[in-house]
Order: sequence, then C-alpha cells, then structure tokens
Amino acid sequence: MIEVNNLKKIYGDRCVLNIPEMSIPDGQCFGLVGNNGAGKTTFFSLILDLIMPSTGEISNHGFIVNKSEDWKPFTSAFLDESFLINYLTPEEYFYFIGELRGQHKSEIDQYLEQFKDIFSDEILGQKKYIRDLSKGNQKKVGLVGAFIGSPEVIVLDEPFANLDPTTQFRLKAMLKKIATEGKQTLLISSHDLMHTTEVCDRIVVLNKGLITKDIRTSPETLKELEAFFSVEPTNEAGQ
Amino acid sequence: MRFLKLSLGNPPNRKKTRKKRNLLSTAHQYEFTFKINFITFTYKTRHQMFRKFIRLEWKAFRRSPTFNVNLALKILMGFGWAYFVFAFTVLGVAAFYGLAEAGYEPLKKISQFLIYWWVGDLIIRYFLQQSPVLKVQPFIGLPIRKNILTNYILGKSFLSFFNIYPFFLFIPFTISLLINGYSIIGAIAWYLAILSLICINNFLFLLIDNKNILFISAAVAIASLGALQFFDILDITQYTGPVFHSFYKLPWTALIVIGIAVFMYRQCYHFYRYSLYLDDKIKKKADVASTHEYAWLNQFGLMGTFLKNDLKLIFRNKRPRNTVWVSLLFLFYGLLIFINPQYHNANAWLIFAGTFIPGGFLFSFGAFVPSWDSAYYPLMMSQNIKYQEYLASKWWLVTVATIVSMILSAFYLIIGVKYYLAILAGGVYNIGVNGYLVLLGGAYTKTAIDLSTGKKPFGDKKAFNVKTMLLTIPKIVVPIFIFILVNLFFGMEAGFLAVGLTGVAGLLFRNLMFRQIARIYKEEKYDTLLSYKKGAN
Repeated sequence: MIEVNNLKKIYGDRCVLNIPEMSIPDGQCFGLVGNNGAGKTTFFSLILDLIMPSTGEISNHGFIVNKSEDWKPFTSAFLDESFLINYLTPEEYFYFIGELRGQHKSEIDQYLEQFKDIFSDEILGQKKYIRDLSKGNQKKVGLVGAFIGSPEVIVLDEPFANLDPTTQFRLKAMLKKIATEGKQTLLISSHDLMHTTEVCDRIVVLNKGLITKDIRTSPETLKELEAFFSVEPTNEAGQ
Repeated sequence: MRFLKLSLGNPPNRKKTRKKRNLLSTAHQYEFTFKINFITFTYKTRHQMFRKFIRLEWKAFRRSPTFNVNLALKILMGFGWAYFVFAFTVLGVAAFYGLAEAGYEPLKKISQFLIYWWVGDLIIRYFLQQSPVLKVQPFIGLPIRKNILTNYILGKSFLSFFNIYPFFLFIPFTISLLINGYSIIGAIAWYLAILSLICINNFLFLLIDNKNILFISAAVAIASLGALQFFDILDITQYTGPVFHSFYKLPWTALIVIGIAVFMYRQCYHFYRYSLYLDDKIKKKADVASTHEYAWLNQFGLMGTFLKNDLKLIFRNKRPRNTVWVSLLFLFYGLLIFINPQYHNANAWLIFAGTFIPGGFLFSFGAFVPSWDSAYYPLMMSQNIKYQEYLASKWWLVTVATIVSMILSAFYLIIGVKYYLAILAGGVYNIGVNGYLVLLGGAYTKTAIDLSTGKKPFGDKKAFNVKTMLLTIPKIVVPIFIFILVNLFFGMEAGFLAVGLTGVAGLLFRNLMFRQIARIYKEEKYDTLLSYKKGAN
C-alpha cells in the first residue's frame, strides 16, 4: 500500500503538486495521466525520494520514503535514461540490476528468455553498449530492467513513448498480465490515453498539480478522458 | 532555369528596440535569395553567419555551468586565469633573460628544445583538447552552407586553451628578442613560424582525432628520444635545433612553415567538408563492446558487483581513463622535485612528494566519486544500493591503485633510498587517511561529469568549493607536519615511520568513515541530484 499524505511540492511561489490524500492498494495497476507540467514526473520522483516534498510525505508499504531506505529492495523504477548505465552492455546492465535485487545470473538469463521477441536480436548478444543503442532500444532495456526480480512496486514514467508499435503491444500485454496477477503494484504515467485505459484499473488525472479525476477504469473511461482533454484551452478545468 | 530567380532582398528591418547601430554599409546586409518554384533558399552571407556564430558562442559561454557560479568563485577563477596569463608571460620573459644570464644564446637554446615542446604539445592536445565536431550537429539541417559550417568547426577549434597559451608564452619572448637587438624581420619570422607550428598542431589534432596508434607511436618516439638525450646517448637537438633557428636566420624559411600550415588547413577543410553527415564524422562512434566479465570479482559479493562496474567505467570511458594516465604522470612528479638541488635539503618536500607521487589515481579519481556516476545517479539513489558497499568498492579501487603506484615508483631507489621511503610512507598515509578524505570531499562536490568527453581534468571549476579546499589541509599539510615534528626529535627515518603509522591508524577508522560518508550522501542527495540534472561539464 502506498499512501500519500498532505503532499505538496512548491518551487518558488509555484505549487506544482498538491495531493492532500491518496492511497494505492497492493496489486493495483495505477495510471496517471495529464498534460505536460501536470506534475506526473514530480509525483514519481517524490515516490522514489529523488526530490524532497515541501510538505507531507509518502509511505511505501509502511516506510516513509524520505525517512527510511527500506522500501528500496522491493521498489523498482524506470523514469528516463538517467536510470541506464550507458557504458554497460544490456546483459551487464540486467545482471547488475538483478544482483542488486538478489537474483543470480542464471535466474536472470531465464527471466530474459521471455523478452527475446521484444528484443528482436538487436539488444542481446550484440556487443553494443547501451549508449550506442537507438533511443527505442535503450527504452526497452530500461523497461525490462525494471521488471527483473519481480519487485513489488514498479514505477514507470511514460513507458509507451518512443516504442515501436509491436513493442507497445507486447508491453501492454505484459503489463496487463502483471495487473491481473495482482501481486505487484504498477504505477504508470502516460500520454497515451488508449493504452492507459486498456492496462490500468484505476486512472488518476492530474492537472496543474491537482487531482481532477480519480476513476475506476470502465469501458466508458476512454471516452470520458478524451472528452476531458479535448476541452478548449480557455475552458480548461482547474478553476 | 526559369525556376531560379536571383534577387537581392531588402535589407532587414532593424528592430526599433535595438539600441546598438550597425555600422556596416547596407550592402553587407542584403541576403541573397534563390527562388526555386515556391521554395526559397536563403543563404546568409559569410559575414552574417560569422556574426551569428559569434553571438551563439557568446551565449553558450554566458550560459555554461562554469560561468554561472557565484561571485566569489568567479573572482577566484578570474585570479586563476590572471595567474596563468601572468605566469606564462613571466616564463616567456624569464626564458630569455634567464638563458642569457646562464650564458646561452637564448634564441639558439630555445630553438634547440623546440622539437620537444612541439611534439609534446601535440601529445598533450591528444589527451586534453576537445574536438568541436559534435557541436556542429544542430546546424547541418539548417540552410547554412557547408563551407561555412566547416570553417566554423575549424575556427572553433582555435578557441581552445592550447591555441591561446602560446600567445602569452612567445610574444613576451619575441619582444625580449626585439628589444635586445635581434633582427626585427628575423624575430618576427621566427614568431610567425612558431604560430604556424601551433596551427599545424591544431590541425593535426583534428585530423588524427582518436586514432590511438599514431599518437602512441609519436609519444613513444619522442619519449625515447628525450630519454636518450637526457642520458647523453643521442642528441637529436643537434639536428633539429638549427632547423628551428633557421626561421630566424633565414626568414624566408618561415614561409615554408606557414605554407605547411595552410596546407594542413586545406587538408582539414577537405576532411570535414565532405563528412558533414549524421552517419559520418558528426556521429559519435559506436565501439564494439568488450565482453570481459571480470568474473574473478564475483567472489567479493556485492562489493564485487560495484567493482566490476567501476572497472568497466574506467576502461570504457574517456574521462575516467584519462585519470589513469594522469596518475601515471604523477609517478614522475618526483623527478621534478627530487632532482632539483633546491629541494635536496628540504625534507618536508620529500613527504609532500611522497604523498603526491603514489596518490595520482587517488586524488584524480577519488575526488570525483560519486560524480563519475552522475549520469545515472537517480538509479543509484532509488535502487537497493548499500552505500557502504559502494564506498568500499571505490576505496578498494584507489587503494589498489596506490599500492600499484608504490610498486611502480621503485625506480626512485636508483636516485636514493630516502626518496622511496618517503613514497612508501606517503603511500601508506594515502591509503589509511587520504582515501576517506578524498571520498568525503567528493560527497560535497556536486559536479556532474560527462564520461564521454575527455575534457581537461583541471577544468572543473565547480570542484573548488570551500569544503573540498578545507579538506586539502589534512590531506597534504598534516603528513608534512607530522614528519617535520618527528624528524626534529628522532630523525628522518622515524619521521617516515610516523607518517606511515598514522596511515595504518587511519585504517582503524574505516567503517566509521564509511558510515559518515554514506550519511553525507544521503543528506546531500537532493542537491546532488538537482546539480547532476542541470548538466554535465
């Protein structure tokens, strides 16, 4: 269970995030959508204790993230390329991440088997460093790295962006599988409304740092979201 | 070609808000416009592009991280640069008068050793100068003539420190020549020849960019020739000296060098002009990955995991690799100090050198931990990384490097046993005390590091923060202090022993220190993450 309590992040005189209360139960697939500058990445950075909250706190399975480090062993994330060690080969990166989560090399190898088709011969065994892969392939490496060791909490920032269509479908299928198994909590932010409504069972809409919608996904959710986002700028909610 | 229509456009409107007035005639401001169907290509004149580039360069400089430091640092940096200018100028003048006093004919003597300076300059450029080629990538899709872009690359390369210092070095020397009765034409010709040599070096650097073999062979060649000369076996300067001196005696020979420089310019121009493609020079080369697994490190558990990464960090990235070269250079520092008769009796200098010599890697690598990991610091901070293990791995790295340096510097035994004892004492002190101090300092230094560029190690202005400077005291001053104190009462060998024992005592505090440093990592985490995000130097 991830609990957010009175969380605010203020830069100068601008409040970029304001969530008085929110809780994400175990096993939920949580989707976060919003326009640029809505506060999605800020929220994820706060969960991972990469930035300090101005007020309030987040607790991850009982550990307050900026007071304790005990949430790290079961939390994994992939936000951007600063989560990749770009002078390693993909295999070395996977082994490194896996070793940090207590996995053995053989376990990791076995786990990577299922991604052979996503990697489509461009990533494993190519004798290329991560820095020399294309952006899309780098993203694949980062995403797969986040899943190694089956951590209980996985935080992904815009995972569908920059991926080729095939990989997007595969990733969607994989996320859906994890969501239905319900053993891992997934936090996903995305600009792609369709993917998010298909994968996540709960969607929160952020706008200028405030939660404007918090809905259980249903067949009507996509239409609801599209209607929300296609509103004329002058009428935008937030007033 | 009815689609082509050459027309002189109107002079651009001057914005009413701009206060500065252009003094150029209106002719220069016309743009040449080619109309092809409904697509219009506009090529600015060379002059306009030049001004635009200058403005861009100025903005880049004004907005660079090294410029946007607080005022105190700016003043410090200003002093630093002033010192450099002053030092080089003094060197230029002192070279003349110093040599004259020592009984040599200054120009001849300098010309004799210019060969070493020239090749040495090229070698150092290889390690430290940055190629401007990658910076041209944003421009190739724009309507700018490739000729102009090529000249931009070549011109930008001249903005390097390596092309500026010779002015401060050789102008004073030449002026000294002129006021001391040397032939005006000769002196000027000599100076121009030197300038051309600098240009040739610059172009050579651009051409040979990254082809290691050529540089290694040049370095080995000049080093061995230098050694042969030092030991009086072979003196190549007998042959090269007159060549450089002839630039003065026979001024027209300077034209030959200038001609070579122009030739090199054309070569460079040709080289770059036809490779301004995204899959050619502009693109960063992809290396074939080495698959060395360092499996022998697996026995060290989690620390081994970090060590594997660190070794890969050092071998696969230019910047950390450079620190290895720097630490090798440090090994030879003693030759400067020990051989200089001025220092023979100043025993305190012994310990200073003894700490410095084996400490190259420790100081140059250790000081930037964790900055080496700045590119993926968010990963390191959000994953299950036990900072103690992380620190332990870095500590072992610098410790082993120090031990290796201590072994390699055994050649100092030839010069004298006491020098090697100083190195051993200093080395143990480095391992036992300076190891943590350096890591401690690094925790406060929030410089992001771009692993791929080989930027000059002394260019890190952010590294000059107060805490880091304060830490230099225990690093260098304390061992000197201990030595002097013990030496006074018990003699030199006891002094060395005391310094060494202090180092051993320091080892006892290892875990305590690691815990402290880990605590500081956590405290400084947010500031560090923000600072790294802002950009690598």
